Amino acid sequence: MTNDIATLDGNEAVARIAYKVNEVIAIYPITPSSPMGEWADDWASRGQSNIWGTSPLVIEMQSEAGAAGAVHGSLQRGALTTTFTASQGLLLMIPNMFKIAGELTSTVFHIAARSIAAQALSIFADHSDVMAARSTGFGMLASASVQEAHDFALIAHAATLKSRIPFLHFFDGFRTSHEVSKIHLVPDEVIRAMIDDDLVMAHRNRGLDSDRPVLRGTAQNPDVYFQGRETVNPFYLATPDIVEEAMQQFGELTGRHYSLYEYHGAPDAERVVVMMASGAEAAQEAVDALNAQGEKVGVLKVRLYRPFDVDRYMAAFPATTKSIAVLDRTKEPGSTGEPLYLDTITALFEGWPHGAMPMVTGGRYGLSSKEFTPAMVKGVFDNMLADQPKNHFTVGIVDDVTHTSLDVDPEFDVESDSVVRALFYGLGSDGTVGANKNSIKIIGENTSNYAQGHFVYDSKKSGSMTVSHLRFGPQPIHAPYQITRANFIGCHQTIFLEKYDILKDAVKNGVFLLNSTAAPDKVWDTLPKSYQEHIINKNLSMYVIDAYKVARDSGMRNRINTIMQTCFFAISGVLPREEAIEEIKKSIKKTYGKKGEEIVKMNLVAVDNTIENLHEVTVPDAVTSSAGFLPPVAAGAPEFVQDVLGTMIGRRGDELPVSAMPIDGTFPTGTTQYEKRNLAQEIPVWDPDVCIQCGKCAMVCPHAVIRIKAYDEAVLDNAPETFKSTAARDRAWEGMQYTIQVAPEDCTACGICVDVCPAKNKQAAGLKAINMAPQPPIREQEAENWDFFVNDIPETPRNLIKVNSIRQQQVQQPLFEFSGACAGCGETPYLKLVTQLFGDRAIVANATGCSSIYGGNLPTTPWSHNDDGRGPAWSNSLFEDNAEFGLGMRVALDKQIEYATELVQRLSGEIGGTLAEAILNADQSDEAGIFEQRERIATLKERLSNIDSPEAKQLLTVADNLAKKNVWIIGGDGWSYDIGYGGLDHVLASGRNVNVLVMDTEVYSNTGGQSSKATPRAAIAKFAAGGKPSPKKDLGRMMMTYGNIYVAQVAMGGRDEQTLRAFLEAEAYDGPSIIIAYSHCIAHGINMKTAMQNQKAAVDTGQWLLYRFNPALAEQGKNPLSLDSRAPKKPVSEYLHMENRFRMLEMSRPEAASVMFEEAQGDVIKRWETYQYLAQRPYSPVENGDGAETDD
Amino acid sequence: MNIKSKYLGFDLRSPLVASASPLARELDNVKKMEDAGISAVVLNSLYEEEIRVEREALMHHLEYGTESYAEALSYFPEPEVFYAKTDAYLEHIGKCREAVDIPIIASLNGSTLGGWTDFAVKMQEAGASALELNIYSIPTDFDMPGADVEQMVLGIVRAVKSAVSIPVAVKLSPYYSNMAYTAKKLDESGADGLVLFNRFYQPDINLETLETEPNIILSTPQAARLPLRWIGILYGNVEASLAATSGIHYAEDAIKMLLAGADVTMMTSALLKFGIDHVKDVEANLVRWLEENEYESVEQLRGSMSQQKGTDASAFERAQYMRALKTYVVPNNDLA
Repeated sequence: MTNDIATLDGNEAVARIAYKVNEVIAIYPITPSSPMGEWADDWASRGQSNIWGTSPLVIEMQSEAGAAGAVHGSLQRGALTTTFTASQGLLLMIPNMFKIAGELTSTVFHIAARSIAAQALSIFADHSDVMAARSTGFGMLASASVQEAHDFALIAHAATLKSRIPFLHFFDGFRTSHEVSKIHLVPDEVIRAMIDDDLVMAHRNRGLDSDRPVLRGTAQNPDVYFQGRETVNPFYLATPDIVEEAMQQFGELTGRHYSLYEYHGAPDAERVVVMMASGAEAAQEAVDALNAQGEKVGVLKVRLYRPFDVDRYMAAFPATTKSIAVLDRTKEPGSTGEPLYLDTITALFEGWPHGAMPMVTGGRYGLSSKEFTPAMVKGVFDNMLADQPKNHFTVGIVDDVTHTSLDVDPEFDVESDSVVRALFYGLGSDGTVGANKNSIKIIGENTSNYAQGHFVYDSKKSGSMTVSHLRFGPQPIHAPYQITRANFIGCHQTIFLEKYDILKDAVKNGVFLLNSTAAPDKVWDTLPKSYQEHIINKNLSMYVIDAYKVARDSGMRNRINTIMQTCFFAISGVLPREEAIEEIKKSIKKTYGKKGEEIVKMNLVAVDNTIENLHEVTVPDAVTSSAGFLPPVAAGAPEFVQDVLGTMIGRRGDELPVSAMPIDGTFPTGTTQYEKRNLAQEIPVWDPDVCIQCGKCAMVCPHAVIRIKAYDEAVLDNAPETFKSTAARDRAWEGMQYTIQVAPEDCTACGICVDVCPAKNKQAAGLKAINMAPQPPIREQEAENWDFFVNDIPETPRNLIKVNSIRQQQVQQPLFEFSGACAGCGETPYLKLVTQLFGDRAIVANATGCSSIYGGNLPTTPWSHNDDGRGPAWSNSLFEDNAEFGLGMRVALDKQIEYATELVQRLSGEIGGTLAEAILNADQSDEAGIFEQRERIATLKERLSNIDSPEAKQLLTVADNLAKKNVWIIGGDGWSYDIGYGGLDHVLASGRNVNVLVMDTEVYSNTGGQSSKATPRAAIAKFAAGGKPSPKKDLGRMMMTYGNIYVAQVAMGGRDEQTLRAFLEAEAYDGPSIIIAYSHCIAHGINMKTAMQNQKAAVDTGQWLLYRFNPALAEQGKNPLSLDSRAPKKPVSEYLHMENRFRMLEMSRPEAASVMFEEAQGDVIKRWETYQYLAQRPYSPVENGDGAETDD
Repeated sequence: MNIKSKYLGFDLRSPLVASASPLARELDNVKKMEDAGISAVVLNSLYEEEIRVEREALMHHLEYGTESYAEALSYFPEPEVFYAKTDAYLEHIGKCREAVDIPIIASLNGSTLGGWTDFAVKMQEAGASALELNIYSIPTDFDMPGADVEQMVLGIVRAVKSAVSIPVAVKLSPYYSNMAYTAKKLDESGADGLVLFNRFYQPDINLETLETEPNIILSTPQAARLPLRWIGILYGNVEASLAATSGIHYAEDAIKMLLAGADVTMMTSALLKFGIDHVKDVEANLVRWLEENEYESVEQLRGSMSQQKGTDASAFERAQYMRALKTYVVPNNDLA
C-alpha cells in the first residue's frame, strides 16, 4: 500500500490543497462548505505549513460578503488568497468577484455547490449558486468526485496563476463535499511542481505597495469604460489552453489524466449526454452498462465551463453524434433553457465540425440533491430515441403539472456484483455514522479495495435517523447515488422496524443485522410481517445482537458504534474476521488514544464482548407476524397533512408529484402535532399532590410538551380514568381545577422540567412534583389523557390570566410546539413564551439559522395557531437581512394601519360615528382591549359588507390591521452580532415599533459551532480552535447608546421573572426593542438536562448580566437602566468549569487557559463596574423622541 | 535538639510532614513548605476515577449531537493534544522534585487494579520519591464480606509493590473489623509505611434545598484520638513506618503521636487554617517541649508511650473506652 492513499471527504480533499498553496484564507461558515474553513483554521492553529514552509493566516469574517472583501483586499496586496463558500454565500461574494476578475487577479474560490433559496431554503446540492456567478468573469472548473475535487483544486490554482483569471472550483455539496472516498493524494512535490514560483512572485509584485504606488479601482466614464472592459479578452482566450496544459502537466506528474471536455463511451456513439460534476459519474456507469448491451451512447463531461472553449467542446463529441441531451443541475425560470444547454446550442451553431447538426434537448435533474441514478440517465437516452423527444424535460421527479418529466425504469440496475453494498440505519446519537466512516477508512487503507461512504441525515436536530451508504470494491467507484440494492443491511435501532420498510433494499442472499434486546430465538416474532417476508423471500441471513447490553457491560454506556462496527466486520466478510478485528482495535487506539487510555480500553473490551454476543438467527420457513407499519401521521390529521406531509414523514417524499406541492412555498402552520415521533424512552409524570403550581416546568419545556390549564370542574365528567387534576391553588382561580399534562409522544426526554421543579416530595426528597418515568408502559394512557386535555378542556380564558405572574402566565396556550430542535434546546423556551404572550397577533421574521430550521424545515411546522385560527405568521428571508425583512413587515403594517385609519375616518358616516371613534381610539394595551377591538372590527366588517363602495371594499381588506399586531424579528447571534448586524443596527435606529429577539448561543450553532462575535473569551469553538482570545461584543450596551431603544438582557434559568418582565415591557414599548436571551446549546458541551443551572451560574458569576433599559423611564426622568443581576458572588471560573467549551481549553492549552480565564474574570469585573455605574448614575431626562420619521 | 526522623527509609530533618492537601498543588507552596521546615510533602491525590470521569465527559461532549444533522456534523474542533490531569500531575511531581530537596511523596487513589499499577509506575518515572496509596473507598456492596475488602486492599499493595521500586505507604481508613490484622497483613504484603487514618468527606443535608451535599470539615485536634490509639497498638508490631495524620494541629498533638510511636506526623488542616508557616511554631514548640522535658532527641521519645512500652498496656484497648464512658459526666446544658 503506498502512502499517498487516503480515505477522506471532498471538503478535506479540497482544503488540503487550498491550504498548501495559499497565504491568506478568509472564511465564513455556510453549509456544506464550512468544513473546508474548519480544516484550514484547525491546521493553522496547529502551525501546519503550506508549500513555502509558512502557515497560512486564516481569518473568520462576519459574512461571505466580508470574506470576499477581505479576499479582494488581500489579493490586491499580493498575497495568495482563497476562500470557501456555497449557495447564498457565493451570491454575497458576487460583487467582489466582478472586481477581482475585472482586475485580472489570480485566486480560486472553492465551492461546495448548493441550491439557492427560492420557494424554500435547501442546504443540498445543485448548481444554482455557481450558475448565478457565471457572469462574474471567474473561470469555472467542475469536479465530479472526491478524487477530482482534490486534483482540480490544484489544477485551478496552477491555472489561475498563469492565466490571471480567477477561478470558481466547484463540486457537488454533500454528494462530493461530504462523501468519504478512498483517493490518491497529491504529494507535496507535485504541488510544488505545479505551482510556478515565478508566477507567485509576479502575483505578489502586482500587489499594492507604497514603495511603488499605483491606483486601481478607478471610476470610468462612457468614453472609456467599454474599451477598458474589452482589455481582458486575450486572457480569457488564453485560459483554456492554460488549463489544458495544467491538466497535462498534472497527468504527467500523477498518472491521472484529465481534459477540459472529456468524452466517455462508444467511439461511434449516436446519443451523447452532456453534464457537469457528480452526475456525470452516474452517467458514466449508465453508459458503460448500455454499451455493454450493444447500444452506442456516451457521456461528455464538461470540466471547464468558463471560459467556454467551443472548439475543444465540439471536438470532444464523436463525429457520429446524432442526438445530444444536455443536463443542467439548476433551474432558470423563464429562460429558453438552462445555462449548459444554451451554451451547447451556441457552440453547435458556432462550431459543429461534423456536417449535419445533431438534435439537442435539454433538461434538469438533481435539484437540491435529488437522486440522479443510472436509471434516470437511461431515461434520458430513451427520450433521445423518441420521434419527438421531450425538450426542457425534467428527470427524477414526476411533473404532473407541466408534464416535463421523463419516464424512468426503476429496474435498470448497473451495480457490479464485485461491489459490496451496505446500508446502516442508526440514530444520530448512537454513533453509527462515525463508526461507518471509520470502517471505510479501515477498508480503504488496509485493503486494495476502493471505498465510498455517503451519509443521509434527517431534517430534525433531535432523535434523527441516519442512513449510511457504503460501497467497497476492487475498482474505483463511480456511483454518486444512494444504494437501493444492498448486500448488507444493518438496523441499529428497533424503533425503525415499525416505521420503515428497511429491507426493501436488500438483495437476494443478503445479510440483515439487527440490534435488538430480543433473544436470538425470540427476535423473529418481534419483526413486522414485511420484514419476515423479505427475509424468507430473499433468503436473507439474519444476525442479532443486544448492542446496548454489550455497551453497558463494556462501560460504553449508550455508545454502540464500536459494537455494531465489529458486527459488520464479523459477518460481512469484507475482510477476514481476525484481520478485521485487529484493524478495528488498531483504529480504536488511533482514534481514541489522545482522549485517554480508559476510553481506548472500554472500546477494546466492547470489541471482544461483541463477538460473544453476536448470534445468527435461525430463520423459520413461514411468516408469523401480522404487524404492519405505523401510520406516518396521527389519525384525524387534515388531508394535506395526511397526503403530502405524511408522505414526507414516511420517507417517501420523492414520490410526491409536482402537483402535490404548494406553488409558492406556503404551508399551513401547526402541523407538528400530527407527527408523533415517540422519541422519549422516559417522560415526565406530574404528581399533583406535591406540585406547588409554579408553572416553571412548562416555562422551560423546549418542546411545549408540558401544558397547564385551569378550568371548571364540570369538564372532568368525561375525563379518562387516569387523567389527573387537582384544585387550583392560585386565589384568582379559586374553585377551579388545575392540570399539568404531558404530551407523551412529542416529548424528547430532555428532563429540564424535572431539574427546575422546586417542589420536593415530603416522603421521598428524591422525587419532585414532576418525575421521569418510562414512557412505553404509560404511552397509551397518557396519549388518551393528552387528547382529552387538548380537545375537551377549554383553554383558560386569557382575561383570567395575570400575565406578569409566571404561575398564571404559563397557562397561556403556546403557539410554538413540538419543534425539531435538539432535546433540551435553550432557544425554544423563549420562542414559546413569545407565542404564549403575543402569538395571536405576531408576525415573525426569522433569520436563517437553528430557529429557521427547527421552525421551518419540512415536513412539519411547529408554529401553530389557536382555536380562533389566529397565530404567528412566519417567514424566513435570508441570514443577512432578517432585521430589514422584519422592518419591511412593520412598515407595511404601519402603512396598512394608516390607510385603514384614513378609511375609517372617511367612512365614519356610513359605518357609524360611534363605532368609528371607538375603533380609532381603542386602548389595546391589554388582552381585554385587544379582544374588544377585534369585536368592533368584526362589527365594522359586517357593516362594510353591506356598503357598496370601492372604499368600503378597500377597508374590508385592511380593517383587521386596526387590531393590535406586532412584528417579531428573531434569530441567533450569528445573524445579530455578525452578518446581520449592520441591518439590525439600522432597523433599531429607525425608531419603528419592532421587537427583536436575539437567542444568543454564543456560536453559530446551526452550522456546527463556529465562533461569532458573541463567543465569550476563552471558549473553544470552530474557527477559534485555540480558544477565543477576545471578549464578547456587548450588543446590548451598543444599542443602549441610541437612548430610544428598549434593551434587555435575560437568562430564563437565571431569573425567569425578569425574563417574563422583559418580554412584556419590550412588547409594550412603542418603539424598537431588543431582547438578548442567553440560550444554552449543545455546542457549549454541557449536560442539557441541567442546562438551566448553567444559565444560573452564568448569572451568579457575572458572566451574563441581567438588565432592562427602558426608554419609557427616561421620559419620566428616571434612569432607564435597571440592573437586575446581583453583584457576582462566585468566581467566573466556577461557571467556565461547567462547560466543555471552556474546559477543553484547559485540557488542550493549559497555559493559555490560565491566562484567558483570568482575563475572563477581568471582563466580568469591568462589565459589572460599568453597568453598575450606568444603573446608578443620576439621570437627567432627555427628549429622545422615538427617532422615527413618522409620528406613529 | 535532634529532631531527625526516619520515614519510608528517608532521613528527615524533623517528624513534621505535610499530608495530601490542595496546598501542594502549587509549586510555590511546596517550596514554602520546605522553607518552613517541613521534612517531606505528600502531594494532593490523583484520583483515577476522576480522570476517567473527566475523559468520559470529554468524549461525551465531543460526540454529543454529532453526526445527526447535516449542517452540524460536529460542534467542536478537536485539539491535537488533550492534557489530562494525569499529565499535569506527573509534570508537577517533576517540578517539585527539581525545586526542593525534601522527599516528594505522590498520592494515588486508583479505581482499578490496572489503574493503581499504571499510575504508580508513571509517578515513579515522573520522579516521585515515594508513593502513598490513598485507599479511599466506602464498601457498600451488601454481598461483599469484609475479608474480601481486605483482600482487595492487599492485592492493590502487592501489585503496586511489584510494579515500582520506590517506597510505598498505604493510607488506610479505620473501618476494618480488625485493624491490627489488616495492618499486619499490609506489612507482610510489603507496605513500607502505614498512614493512619484517612478521613472521608461525609455528606451533609442542606435543609434549604433538601439535597445532600459534600461538606468538607477540617480536622480538629479531637480527631487525633483514633490514630493515636492505633499507632500506639501497632508500634513495634509492624516493620512499616507509621505516619499519624488527622487532628495534628499543634506541637502537643505531634508529641502525643510520637510518644505513641509515630515515625512522622502529618498536617493538613492546620496548614490550611493557619498557613504554611504555622509549622515553624509547631517545630519550635516541639523542640521547646523536648528541651523542657529533657529529651535528647525525637528518636528517644518515639514509642515510649506505645502499648508495648507504655505504663498501661490496656490503655489502648477497648476496656479503657468503657471506663471512660462510665466516668464521663454529662455537663449541664449540653445534651445535644
